[in-house]
Amino acid sequence: MYSFEFEKPSTIADAVAALGGEDAQALGGGQTLIPTLKQRLAAPTKLVSVSGIAEMKGVCVEDDGSVAIGGATTHATVAREAAGSYPALAALAGQIGDPAVRNRGTIGGSIANNDPAACYPAAVLGSGATIVTNARQIAADDFFEGMFGTALDEGEIITSVRFPVPQAASYQKFLQPASRFALVGAYVARFASGVRVAITGASEDGVFRWSEAEAALDKEFRPDALMGLKINPMNMIGDLHGSKDYRAHLVSVMTKRAVEACM
Amino acid sequence: MTQVSMTVNGKAVSGDVEGRTLLSSFLRDHLALTGTHVGCDTAQCGACVVHVNGEAVKSCNMLALEAEGAEVGTIEGQAAEDGTLNTIQQAFQDHHGLQCGFCTPGMVMSAAALLKENPRPSEAEIRKYLEGNLCRCTGYHNIVKAIMAASGQDVTSIAAE
Repeated sequence: MYSFEFEKPSTIADAVAALGGEDAQALGGGQTLIPTLKQRLAAPTKLVSVSGIAEMKGVCVEDDGSVAIGGATTHATVAREAAGSYPALAALAGQIGDPAVRNRGTIGGSIANNDPAACYPAAVLGSGATIVTNARQIAADDFFEGMFGTALDEGEIITSVRFPVPQAASYQKFLQPASRFALVGAYVARFASGVRVAITGASEDGVFRWSEAEAALDKEFRPDALMGLKINPMNMIGDLHGSKDYRAHLVSVMTKRAVEACM
Repeated sequence: MTQVSMTVNGKAVSGDVEGRTLLSSFLRDHLALTGTHVGCDTAQCGACVVHVNGEAVKSCNMLALEAEGAEVGTIEGQAAEDGTLNTIQQAFQDHHGLQCGFCTPGMVMSAAALLKENPRPSEAEIRKYLEGNLCRCTGYHNIVKAIMAASGQDVTSIAAE
């Protein structure tokens, strides 16, 4: 790691001020950022930890029934505390990495990084969540901008994520056992207003909504409704863990399993 | 350099560290607590697992300054002052839950965190919980057996695979 200054403010306002300098970067749980720094793939001059900001931690149910999760809330906390209010989300959080990683890694860090194989982006996009920052609110549909890209501005912090709770939802992850990321993961959420399907791990463009599957499931919410639906392998990720065709196939299989789990 | 203070195995400690100093480096290089092993240094192997405020974390993937004011527990704090092994350590010895021993500090610390959360885990739950702890000698079988024994469960029925 190259050398950097470290600050750990206790309020959002102080964190925003600390991030004002050039090349400053926010630090969540560090489960991706610290390995990235070790490999010298990033060289911020200052890291601003958000782990000391009490107002950015915890899970709560809002008046409208949505579940709000502080940006600095760990995966282990979400797995535990959202189990009653949004079980599919809690189950997803409980499958990220391993126990020690879940005790440090945060939802805000995961979403801000937008790893193409991360689990949380699928839940955020699949639920149609709202990303709340220190400056504004961003709809999930406008937030993810391709592999490792987001709508966040420099120095902008995810303070919380607000999830509308669907009637039924399920995340099905085909585990890449070495990295513990998703080789392909499908998040299916059924709302009164319609079905949302978000796919992670598969596309060169990062997490995406599978609109053909959504349309089919809107007509008929049954696993068989997906029969014959295939995704174009052209934009899928092809690497030593799985070819483009294999990932395209897994998209169909995992989406079908997620629908089955919703029944 | 910044001063960092924390409690390690019940003792107040402090030292001057850089922003980039890892918790694992602080424990090993500053405090000479070399029982915490650094295996992969990429947060995959789990040899460096310690407890921070009671939770298992990979100390090679956490900055020392993030542990300011925290209660840290390492493998050195597991045995009694006179060297008597605790229940988990003794079970690892009794059931041959180690060969080279390199991963053992992390295994014991993860096992302790598991048993605090789930005092009588099933074999499947133990295997699931140890997903972030790699052992290249044992094939895990005796590690799982040791943890089941440490939780007071009968292990005679667990046959070798």
